[in-house]
Amino acid sequence: MNEVTPVEQSAVAAVDPSCARAPVGMLCELTHRCPLQCPYCSNPTDLERVATELTTEEWQSVMRQAGELGILQVHLSGGEPTVRKDLEEILEAAVKAGLYTNLITAGVTINRERLMKLAEIGLDHLQLSIQDVDSENADRISAYKGGLAKKIEVSQWTKEAGMALTINAPIHRQNIHNVPRMIEFAIECGAGRIEIAHVQYYAWALLNRGSLMPTRESFMTAAKQVEEAREKYKGIIVIDMVVPDYYAKFPKPCMGGWAKQILNVTPQGRVLPCHAAESITHLTFDNVKDRTLADIWLNGDAFNKYRGTEWMKEPCRTCPRKEIDFGGCRCQAFALTGDATNTDPACSLSPMHDEWAKVAEVESHSTPPDFIYRRVGGAKVTVGGAKEPVPGE
Amino acid sequence: MSIGQYAKRERTMITGDCRPSIPRFVKLRHDAGRGRWILLAPERVFNPDEIAVSVLQRCDGVHSVSDIAAILADDYQAPADVILKDIIDMLQDLSDKGVLNAGEPTNS
Repeated sequence: MNEVTPVEQSAVAAVDPSCARAPVGMLCELTHRCPLQCPYCSNPTDLERVATELTTEEWQSVMRQAGELGILQVHLSGGEPTVRKDLEEILEAAVKAGLYTNLITAGVTINRERLMKLAEIGLDHLQLSIQDVDSENADRISAYKGGLAKKIEVSQWTKEAGMALTINAPIHRQNIHNVPRMIEFAIECGAGRIEIAHVQYYAWALLNRGSLMPTRESFMTAAKQVEEAREKYKGIIVIDMVVPDYYAKFPKPCMGGWAKQILNVTPQGRVLPCHAAESITHLTFDNVKDRTLADIWLNGDAFNKYRGTEWMKEPCRTCPRKEIDFGGCRCQAFALTGDATNTDPACSLSPMHDEWAKVAEVESHSTPPDFIYRRVGGAKVTVGGAKEPVPGE
Repeated sequence: MSIGQYAKRERTMITGDCRPSIPRFVKLRHDAGRGRWILLAPERVFNPDEIAVSVLQRCDGVHSVSDIAAILADDYQAPADVILKDIIDMLQDLSDKGVLNAGEPTNS
């Protein structure tokens, strides 16, 4: 979910300025609880506890406010959103608010009856993650036994209910050889879309970078396979690819620009410009318990801090690409240079670029350390000290 | 559970005889705040122009593509064959992106 799909324009209509700045999408992390322990999870390494999660009524209010603000699409995510027993009630509020609804799930905690109920309430789209198409490897990556068979069932129920189905395949060193098979798997499932989502190195994935970073050669091979598949399967499946920025020419336009297209609500109700924003330690984030969503979006300090291009320094300030990639990712700039207003080291114009690119080269050719699995306390295990996978519940 | 039951194996080609419709999971809506029509789809928001909206509003599984072209040719005082080609191109693109049911004519 690091990318935001741009609005596709076939003709530009006049726009009401009072709403023009509303975000297109809202990512709701309903909970950080999850039966899977994928080592590249995009949740923060400091996972939020169940007792602090927003209540049903608070989430329903967020949905209503989102509709009023002009948000178009809501992504119900986690953790695993289906572990919330009130998912139906939250979804219902989203549907009533006129939002296009997307459930981002691992699919292992839902049965047919509940999925049909969600469809009946009005769920539009289900995005199902897979860890690999080799069942054993998928079990090892997620530290969960038998997940793939369960996902296949969920994919078929989703189609049966007439909902849109996307397969989301996070790609890294330990499954990149299977990209063509993942695309074929998605077609067999009846998915209209697959995301070949090369892992982005934040949070858990940054901790596990040495175990996950593919070589440049294997990335290039996978990219070529995607190109060929797009041609071969045109009109059959849409293949979206998220490029790992260590191997990209230019930095990614992270989130489509800070505070421009999307916002994220954490399980506790903090509102972030992106799900990794809390890694920028000097920012403070408002909570939906204290301020309205619209007020936070329009006036919140964290949102205004890097909105637009005024905050930029050189080489971004005078760069012809500044409205294209917005200087890349603020979180990555902060993590690697200590200053979020610096150019993202993913950019070749960053003074740190060469050093940064070398990391991928070195790590991807070294023996991968054991995974540090995503679990409460898991981040405290030092590299090399990770334990054997623990089966999920 | 076996898979394959829902697999799409061939690209659907739009012709004048198709009777297209918008799937359950795609929403054509007027976005009052932004003063425009939008087509909401998985991870995509399309901004159809006025003519595209006229076409999409008639994608009801009843009108054929040729029917829609005839209506628009009349409304816009334009040659029907040109309109038909434009509509087929547009609907083919949406079909390829998985956001349109083509409503192909049956052989019977």
